[in-house]
Amino acid sequence: MGRTDIGPPDFREMLPDVIKMNYGKWKYHETPRPGVLRHVSETGDEMFTVRVGSPRLVSIDFIRDICNIADKYCDGHLRFTSRSNIEFLTDTREKTDGVIEEAAKLGLPVGGTGACISNIIHTQGWIHCHSAATDASGLVKSVMDELYEYFTSMKLPAFLRIAVACCINMCGAVHCSDLAIVGIHRKPPKVDNEKVLAQCEIPTTIQSCPTGAIRRHADPNIKSVTVREDLCMYCANCFTVCPAMPLADADGDGVAIYAGGKVSNARKPPMFSRMIVPYLPNNPPRWPEVVDVIKKVVEIYASGAKKYERMGEWIERIGWEKFFKLTEIPFTEQHIDDFTHAVETYRTTTQFKW
Amino acid sequence: MADETQLLDELEKGPWPSYVKEIKRMAKKNAAAKDLLGIQELSYEERVTHWKHGGIVGVTGYGSGVIGRYSDVPEKFPNAAAFHTMRINHPAGWFYTTKSLRKICDIWEKHGSGMTNFHGSTGDIILLGTTTEHLQPCFDTLIEAGFDLGGSGSALRTIAGCVGKARCEWSNIDTLDLVYDLTMEFQDEIHRPRWPYKFKIKASGCPNDCVAAIARADFTIIGTWRDSLRIDQNAVKVYADNGFDVRGLIVDKCPSEALMWDAETKELKLNAEDCVRCMHCINKMPKAIRPGLDTGATILIGGKAPIIKGAYLSWVLVPFMKLEPPYDEMKDLLRKIWDWWDEHGKTRERLAELIERKGLKTFLNDLGIKPVPQMVYKPRANPYVYF
Repeated sequence: MGRTDIGPPDFREMLPDVIKMNYGKWKYHETPRPGVLRHVSETGDEMFTVRVGSPRLVSIDFIRDICNIADKYCDGHLRFTSRSNIEFLTDTREKTDGVIEEAAKLGLPVGGTGACISNIIHTQGWIHCHSAATDASGLVKSVMDELYEYFTSMKLPAFLRIAVACCINMCGAVHCSDLAIVGIHRKPPKVDNEKVLAQCEIPTTIQSCPTGAIRRHADPNIKSVTVREDLCMYCANCFTVCPAMPLADADGDGVAIYAGGKVSNARKPPMFSRMIVPYLPNNPPRWPEVVDVIKKVVEIYASGAKKYERMGEWIERIGWEKFFKLTEIPFTEQHIDDFTHAVETYRTTTQFKW
Repeated sequence: MADETQLLDELEKGPWPSYVKEIKRMAKKNAAAKDLLGIQELSYEERVTHWKHGGIVGVTGYGSGVIGRYSDVPEKFPNAAAFHTMRINHPAGWFYTTKSLRKICDIWEKHGSGMTNFHGSTGDIILLGTTTEHLQPCFDTLIEAGFDLGGSGSALRTIAGCVGKARCEWSNIDTLDLVYDLTMEFQDEIHRPRWPYKFKIKASGCPNDCVAAIARADFTIIGTWRDSLRIDQNAVKVYADNGFDVRGLIVDKCPSEALMWDAETKELKLNAEDCVRCMHCINKMPKAIRPGLDTGATILIGGKAPIIKGAYLSWVLVPFMKLEPPYDEMKDLLRKIWDWWDEHGKTRERLAELIERKGLKTFLNDLGIKPVPQMVYKPRANPYVYF
């Protein structure tokens, strides 16, 4: 057997010289234009970063393309951000122009800094996932095409993070984003008794259900389970432990939209995103209904929020009742929580708006 | 090809870079990528996924790092019938030399579909689409090139952190060194799943939390400071002289009313005891205000997405911990937490769900951690108390 457990390469081998010399000594930064950062060190050194959008799902030829840019202008160094953008690091302002020019030739947008909509974090969707209730890459492409100008500019009140999860497993942890698009099922699993017998452990399958909707099959001769449909809220946790219980359904599946989450501690503490639209249909390739809601909410927020106010802070200030009024999104029974800790969201004051 | 992918072709239009273009690029020279495109188009027509549950596949000695994936339409798309993922542990902070990236590209050209995610949401480089026969040779070549697999399944997942001291002036801890050190220390926990469920560690250098550690990590490390933030009054004056509204945009937005503005002297005063280190004033006046010098981290516990009992943000466990190599205090704490979770957790029960089931009080008692007011927003309102 060959070597194992070597771990990732030591990050120190990957750093450009300007970082090696100024590691931990950075004093301040500024943003000379959208997508470009200038960091200044206590040593007097400066470093420029050009941030460039990426479709995240990329070919090795794409990686080679961006390597060519980094070889030409960045002494063979580059990095990626936690939002899947590419960053080209240079030691002079002149080189940033070269990077921007080369990025334009490849059709890559420069932006994603400051009060903008940065690249969308997302999961695999129909491209690779067995439990996806919607696609992710196509939704992201559709939304970012429509909101492109907010990536390349910094004209929003504050930064706005959008995320897409193709099912409620939320591999991308979208539950604290300013806007989140979440794939959902709306039909209970279809149990295949013969496959359950062959592929699943029944106690584990029963235990996997958070609402106790899964029971042993009433007929002792049938080694399988049944689902009490009135208790099922389509989380697909059973499907993850028992492949014989698929929920995917072309008409049942679609997406929900959540708003107002944040992770930063700046000003208000971190917040969860809250449901604003319980369901919209999967309508590939462009998901027009979803894109419309996202765009509308972004624009109403942009025109109403105060400077530096995140979407969740804006909604808390104006109140949710006002949010639904302004966006004209219908408030339905699904908006009222009936899961764990639901009562914490019920209003216990006479202070509300009309 | 245009006729075969009518729906996906729509996604080549528009200004944002297109992933469909990327798949088509590889489809010209790789049969698996071509069939991936076909499977995606089929999903767009039928509005359901065409991937099945993963089988048990992997590389010798590891239980992690490879996710088995099979298509449910193998007869239509035989070249993507098996389309396994390899998760590759990224260098801390996602810094690369082009030489190292080109090596990965060459390996993946030989052993896979040529499609990748840079990066997956946990942080790894995702190599998308290979067959069972290619797994071991691909892994062996990656190891030769200096890259190892990341975590998957009920294991410690690939640890991730923000850009930290490499480029950020606000980083109170060396997130890159910490991430690399913990990753090397816990190779066994990453590669050999042995827990009730997954466990994630993420580190942000300051409360801005650029890697969303508080929402996404069971063990959340957020850099902070204990002393007073540093204000350069001359630089404050420059901001004010340039027309920046210090009172409206900084002082009035301070969440704990710790700042005061003297409009005549253009002096920004701080009541350090009231400061909750939220970062707002630092973020907006980076040339004038900086974090303090007595730096370390707040450790929080239990962040996760909804499955199974709902989403949680991480809870404060250790309000302040000094973090210097070799990080023994943190490693001891992690080992104690894992032992407790192993002892009490049920299958597929995340740490937060176990803490909620047993009670935070029990967790603190069993770990020998003293309760402090920083752990709660407010004390309990009910009288149902166990003594």
